[in-house]
Amino acid sequence: MTALEALEVVLRSVAVLAAFLVLPLLVGQTEHKVMAHMQGRLGPMYAGGFHGWAQLVADGVKFVQKEDITPAAADKGVFRFAPAVALIPYLVAMAVIPLSPDVVAADAPASAVLVLAVTAVGILGTLMAGWASANKYSLLGAMRAAAQLLSYELPLVLSVASVCLAAGSLSLSGIAAAWSPWWLLWQLPGAVVFLVAAVAELQRPPFDMPVADSEIVFGAYTEYTGLRFAFFLLSEYAGIVVMSLLFAVLYLGGWQGPFSDQLGWVWTMLKGFVIAVVVIWLRVSWPRLREDQLQRLAWLVLVPLALAQLALTGVWVVASA
Amino acid sequence: MTGLDVAFAAVGLVAAASGLLAVTTRHVVHAALWLVVCLGSVAGCYLVLGAEFVALVQVLVYVGAVVVLVLFALMLTRAPIGPHAQIATSRLHRVLAAVLGAGVTAMLAAVLLPLAAPVSRRETDTTELASQLFGTWVWPFELLSLLLLVALVAALAVSRVAGRGAREAGRSAP
Repeated sequence: MTALEALEVVLRSVAVLAAFLVLPLLVGQTEHKVMAHMQGRLGPMYAGGFHGWAQLVADGVKFVQKEDITPAAADKGVFRFAPAVALIPYLVAMAVIPLSPDVVAADAPASAVLVLAVTAVGILGTLMAGWASANKYSLLGAMRAAAQLLSYELPLVLSVASVCLAAGSLSLSGIAAAWSPWWLLWQLPGAVVFLVAAVAELQRPPFDMPVADSEIVFGAYTEYTGLRFAFFLLSEYAGIVVMSLLFAVLYLGGWQGPFSDQLGWVWTMLKGFVIAVVVIWLRVSWPRLREDQLQRLAWLVLVPLALAQLALTGVWVVASA
Repeated sequence: MTGLDVAFAAVGLVAAASGLLAVTTRHVVHAALWLVVCLGSVAGCYLVLGAEFVALVQVLVYVGAVVVLVLFALMLTRAPIGPHAQIATSRLHRVLAAVLGAGVTAMLAAVLLPLAAPVSRRETDTTELASQLFGTWVWPFELLSLLLLVALVAALAVSRVAGRGAREAGRSAP
């Protein structure tokens, strides 16, 4: 490895880290404002001057100043380590999502599987946090999270498998390159399943049983304060960014659009941003699902739908080959 | 000694150490968490040897689903923080387990160490893997899936039928 290659690796890593720190804040601020306006409020207006643009920066400064408390009865090592386990998988996922054929930090051959595998690891962070807190609410939250994430993992993987089958590739770049507008109809059931399962994976409303604040305080994150709590929040918003970009690349053709040679990455970002707004919109529109309704939706609606989509894709691919 | 050898030795060492910790720790949840590290580093071994897809599926299935299920099951029980007398094994059990483990290790080492050679990386792409799996090995593969299906249906039947039997017994009791 020459010095130039080493420099390139460093630059790529720094770029991913920068995107990882900026994009979730952008989504968070959008959520503040979009939610506020949908509810007839203004949202943050003071921090930073113009329409409260620096609100989340101020929140970050606040979190850094807070005392870092570890409960006396907690399993200290696991408790302290859990936020990192929740956060790092999304950092890895962000590194392999292509914004355009050229703008990708690490072009892994089976990047679609890689993203699914690392986001599955992120669940462990929530479980570790919930168990190590030595708190009933935390444990309940972690159990709900585990039950929910196990159920929704399956439709998520199946719907991605359908797209991989349609494109004949496991690489995200290959999938987006093989995309055609016809997929909007052909892969529509899979896209719906993916979006619903992704929102459930992120434990966002209406699938926020694991952190239901009116029942179990804040689920697995109840005992966390300061920076460690901020890391859990950051992982949620980084998760929105990852899932939205993934949706854009898998189902909306990523960088395909007018002037895609020059503006490819802008298209991917725009499509991903629209999906992120939809995810926020879902939060404002729907009440929380009950635990049994959650499981029913996953096993009786999403899994059969995803299997049907997989069969449809398979038949079409074989028939048109 | 190439870079690949070093990488393989490193992930292998982590796998062995975390595996040892998983079976020797006195905290039941820690054992499951060490298992995560162990399975993850076994995936790392696959990655060093060039089997990217197998490594990713290892992480997706074993770390992302199997261990999460194990942790979930542990949380449904008491799974206390710290060592607990009720779920600790007796000294005799530990000695027997150590002897058995040492025996298996010695046997595997005797068979495998003579075969040890410098790491040779062979890139296995997914197409080749698929044609092997669904060509040469298709019958064992399908039989295994049938076995899993039977186990699944049987588990459902056991839970449903046993539950109904107990309920009816409870109802007929005076």
